[in-house]
Amino acid sequence: MRSESGKIYRGLAGVSGALVFLQGGGGVAYGEMVEIVGDDGRTRAGRVLIASRETLAIEVYQGTEGISPTGARIRCLGRPLETPVAVEMLGRTFDSFGRALDGGPDPLADDWRNVNGAAINPAVRAYPRDFLQTGISAIDGLNTLVRGQKLPIFSGSGLPHIQLAAQIVRQAQAPGETEGFAVIFAIIGASRDVADIFRRSVEESGALQRVAMFVNFADDPAVERLVTPRTALSLAEYLAFDCGMHVLVVMTDITQYCEALREVASAKGEVPSRKGYPGYLYSDLAALFERAGRIQNKAGSITQVPILTMPNDDITHPIPDLTGYITEGQIVLERDLDRAGIYPPINVLPSLSRLMSDGIGEGRTRSDHAHLSSQLYSAYAYARRIRMLAAIVGEEELAGRDRKYLDFGRRFEREFIGQAIDENRTIEQTLDLGWLMLRELPAADLTRVSAEEIARHLK
Amino acid sequence: MNDAGAGGAVKRRSEAVGRAVWISGPVVRADLTASVFMGEQMEVGANRLIGEIIGVSGAQALIQVYEETEGMQPGEPVFGTGLAMYIELGPGLIGGVFDGVQRPLNLLRRKGPFVEKGAKADPLDPARRWRFVPKATPLAKIRGGEVLGVVPETPVVEHRVLAPPDWSGDLVAIAPEGDYAVRDRIATIRIDGREFPVSMVQRWPVKQARPYQEHLRPIVPLITGQRVFDLFFPLAKGGSAAIPGGFGTGKTVTQHQLSKWAEADVIVYVGCGERGNEMAEVLMDFPKLSDPRTGRPLMEKTVLIGNTSNMPVAAREASIYTGITMAEYYRDMGYHVALMADSTSRWAEALREVSARLEEMPAEEGFPAYLATRLAQFYERAGRVRTLSGREGSVTIIGAVSPAGGDFSEPVTQHTKRFTRCFWALDKDLAGARYFPAINYLESYSGYLDDVSEWWRDRYDPKWRDIREQAMQLLQEDDRLQRIVRLVGEDALPDEQRLIIEGSRLLQEGCLQQNANDPVDTYCRPEKQLGLLKAILHFVSRAKEIVKRGAPIHRIRETPARESIVRAKDKIPNDHPELLDELVAAIDREMDALYAEFQKVG
Repeated sequence: MRSESGKIYRGLAGVSGALVFLQGGGGVAYGEMVEIVGDDGRTRAGRVLIASRETLAIEVYQGTEGISPTGARIRCLGRPLETPVAVEMLGRTFDSFGRALDGGPDPLADDWRNVNGAAINPAVRAYPRDFLQTGISAIDGLNTLVRGQKLPIFSGSGLPHIQLAAQIVRQAQAPGETEGFAVIFAIIGASRDVADIFRRSVEESGALQRVAMFVNFADDPAVERLVTPRTALSLAEYLAFDCGMHVLVVMTDITQYCEALREVASAKGEVPSRKGYPGYLYSDLAALFERAGRIQNKAGSITQVPILTMPNDDITHPIPDLTGYITEGQIVLERDLDRAGIYPPINVLPSLSRLMSDGIGEGRTRSDHAHLSSQLYSAYAYARRIRMLAAIVGEEELAGRDRKYLDFGRRFEREFIGQAIDENRTIEQTLDLGWLMLRELPAADLTRVSAEEIARHLK
Repeated sequence: MNDAGAGGAVKRRSEAVGRAVWISGPVVRADLTASVFMGEQMEVGANRLIGEIIGVSGAQALIQVYEETEGMQPGEPVFGTGLAMYIELGPGLIGGVFDGVQRPLNLLRRKGPFVEKGAKADPLDPARRWRFVPKATPLAKIRGGEVLGVVPETPVVEHRVLAPPDWSGDLVAIAPEGDYAVRDRIATIRIDGREFPVSMVQRWPVKQARPYQEHLRPIVPLITGQRVFDLFFPLAKGGSAAIPGGFGTGKTVTQHQLSKWAEADVIVYVGCGERGNEMAEVLMDFPKLSDPRTGRPLMEKTVLIGNTSNMPVAAREASIYTGITMAEYYRDMGYHVALMADSTSRWAEALREVSARLEEMPAEEGFPAYLATRLAQFYERAGRVRTLSGREGSVTIIGAVSPAGGDFSEPVTQHTKRFTRCFWALDKDLAGARYFPAINYLESYSGYLDDVSEWWRDRYDPKWRDIREQAMQLLQEDDRLQRIVRLVGEDALPDEQRLIIEGSRLLQEGCLQQNANDPVDTYCRPEKQLGLLKAILHFVSRAKEIVKRGAPIHRIRETPARESIVRAKDKIPNDHPELLDELVAAIDREMDALYAEFQKVG
C-alpha cells in the first residue's frame, strides 16, 4: 500500500465487534481510511463510518482481536479507500486490497482508484446490444447475454454454478472479436477448495494471462468481503473505460457478501429490515451491480455475472429478490434438473435476460431468434404444466396433443438445455437445434413463429 | 406571498449558517449560528453539496444530503438558501434529463462519464434564447397562473409562460416579441404598489402542490394503445394507477410502453432507483420513436428524471417530488400530463434508509410510520383540473411498485392500493410463460370504469360496457374450469366447457397479449382494439352453436379463421380497420360451412 503521513491518535474510547470508537477526532473525514496498530504491533486498515467532533466510529478490516483501548495507535491517511489498478494485474491473484496473494510482488500501480467508484451518468451510458456468445444453448438461445449487461446466476448449495461460471469464462466470445478481452474473478468468502477450482479451470483453458483474481477466503474477516468486489470492479472500470478492454466480471458468492453486510450492520447497532438485513441492502448491491455497462464513445465494456446461492433454494429470499430487481435478468439453476442429470441445470422459465430483445435478430444473431425463443418458451411452459397433470392422472389418460408436449419437454431438457461441460455451441447450432425440437409439436400450435420462418427452418 | 414561488431573477441567499459536527452517510448534523427552517434547501460542506433540513432542535439541525458525503470533515461550513427545497421551472425542461435534484445530466456529461460529487450546472440553460411572443395585455389586471406569453419549446409543446400562481396585480409592462434568455425580464407586475420583475423561470417548492381553480371528474380515458388497459382496466386522465409486480414481470417494459403511446401532451418519466441501462434505453429510443398522434419524436414531449439505484439515495427520495412538480407545471399550462414513476418502492426504501439513519421508530418491515401519508400526498397530486387561467389540464400518475418477493401483502403495495384507483397486477407465472403484458386479469381492477363508459359509448360502441363484461365473464369461467383441468385434464370436460377454455385462450392470445417489440402490435388504436375483441366474441358465439350440434372441439381449433384472429393483432394495421370486417366475414363463412356440415350429420 502507499505510505503516507497523517494525523496520529493514541487510545480509543472503545472496541466492539469490528468497530472501534475514537474520542475527539475533529479533522477526520467521513469515509477516510485509517491504520490501526494494536497492542500486538500488527497494522490493520480501517474506515471512518461516522465522522464527528466527539466520537468517531471506525470499521476495522483485519479483525479487532488484539486491540485495547489504551494501547492502540491510529493514523489517519487523509484519503478514502483506494486500490491500485494496472494492466499488468491480469494474470495475477490478489487479496481484497489489491495486494499480491500469489507470492509475487505487489503490482506497480498505473493509477490509484477510490474503490467505491462513482455513478456513471445515465445520460452517457451506451445501451448494450452486442451479442456475447457463451456457447451454452439455454443462455444464448433463450436468455441471451449482451456486453455491458449484469446477468446473475441464481444457484443453490451443491449445484454446479462454479462449473457453469468457469464454462462461460472459457467460452465467452463476441463474434468477430478476440482482442482486448479480460476476465476478473471476485471470490468472496469462498473456501480454499472453491477458489482452487476456479483457478484450475482458468488455467486449463489457457486463458490465465487475461484473468485477474481477487480472493477473500471464508475465514477472512467479514468486513473485508465488503471491499473485495469493489476492488475488483475498480480494476474492471480501469481496464474497460481507460484501456478500452471488454471485461467480464464474475463475482461469487453474493450471498456471502450480503451475510457480511448484515454482520457489520448489526455490529453497528442498525435497525434491521427483512430477515435482519439492513434496509440499504438494495442500494448497496446496486452500487456493485450498476458498475456494469458501456459508455458512449468508449470502446470497452463491463459485463457482470454475479453468482449467488439462494438460501434454502428460495427465490423470494431478500438476496435473490433484491438482486433480481437490480440486475438485467437472471439465470436460475434448478435442483430437479440437476437430479435428472441435466447439465447445465438451467430452468429457463424463471430465467430471463432483459436486454435480449435488443441484442438479437438480423445482423446480431439471426432473424428468427426472437420468435423461435418465444415459441420454445411457451411450449416448454405448457409441457411443464402437462407434466404436473400427468403426475396426477397418469400419462395414459392424456390426450394425444398433450402427450406430444410431454415428449417435447423431455427432449428439450435433454438435448437443448443439456450439453457437455466442454461443448461450445455456436448460435447457429443453438437455433437450428431449437427448430429441431419444435418438430415434436403439432403444426397448428406454432403460433408464435411466422409462416415464412416455418417454411425456411422447420425442415 | 410565497418567496420560493417568486418568478424573476431571485438572488440566491447563500450564507454560512453553521458548521457540520457529525457525518454519517447522507445524514449530517450541524451546529447552527443562524436560524434555518424545516425543509430549507441547504448547501453542505466545502463542496457545497445539495441538502435539506429534516430536523431542527435548539441550535442543532439535521440535514439530509443529496450527494455522496465521503471526504467531508466535521467543521466544514453549512450554507442556508432561505428557500424550501425547490426546482426551477421554465422552457428547456422538455427533452432534458435530470437527476433527482434537477441537475441536468446532459450538461454534466461535459465533466466526464461519472457524476462527481459537488458537480453543478444550471438546470435550465442560461445562455439559450427562446422566441417569446407576448399574449397578455399591458396595463391590465393579471391574476396568478394567467398566460403572459408563449414560447415554442419544441415543435409539439408550446410553452405558456405563466404569471407565478400567487402573484395577482397589475401588469405594468410586458416585453415585445423577441429572443430572450430564461432569466431575462419579460414582464413587470405591480402588487400592492411594489413592482416585481418576471422572467421565464419560476422556482417552486417541490413538496407543495401547485394551486388550481377546481377539481374535475376524471371522465376521459387516457388511451394507452394497450388493449388490456384500455378495454379491460381503463385509466382516466387525471387518475392514478399502480403497477405492482415482482422482478422480471415486465413493470419497466409496461411503463416504457405507456410513456411511448399514452395519449398525453407531456410525459414525465421518473426512473427512481432503477437501472442505468434502462435510462440509456429510453434515451436511445425516445428521440427515434414517433408519437402516433403528431408523428414527431417522443423526446419532444418528454422530460426524463433519472436517479439510478447507485446514485445517492436521498436524491432518489427527491426525484418523485421533482417529477410531480414538473408535471403540475405543464398541467397549469393546460396540458394533459402523464407521470410514470418507476419504482415507487425504491422511493419508499429511500425513506426507510434515511429514517433508519435518524433512528426513528420503525413501523412495518422497517418502513417509517409516515410511509402511508407520504404516498397519499404524492398520489393526491394527480387530477383533472380547471387551471388558474381557466384551461383544462390533468396529471395522471402511473406508479410501479416492486414488492419484496413479489408478495403483494407488503406495506408499499398495500398502502398504494388505498390511494390509487387502478390496480394493474403483474403476474410471475404469466411472465414465465412469456405472456406479455403479464397482467393478471382476475386480480387487476379499475375504479374508472363507470367514469369512462360514456366516452366509449359515445365514440365507439353503445354496447362497450356489455362487450367488456362478456369478455370478463369468459375469462372468469375459464379460470374456474382451469382448476378442474389441473386435476383431471382438459379432455375430461364436456365440449361446451372445452369451448369456454378455447374461447378464453383465443381471447388471451388474440387480444390480451400484445407484443411490445412488434412494429404494428406495439400500439393499437381504440377502434382496432374494440374490433378485435368483437371478432373474438363473435367467433366464440358462432362456435357455440356448432359445438351444440356435436362438432368436436378440434374442428373449431383448426379453422383458418382462428389463426387469422390470432395473427390479426400484428397483421392488421391501425389505419385499415376495414380488414377487421373482412375477418368477421371470414369467420361467418367458415362457421356457416361447419354449421351446415354438422346439421347434416345431426
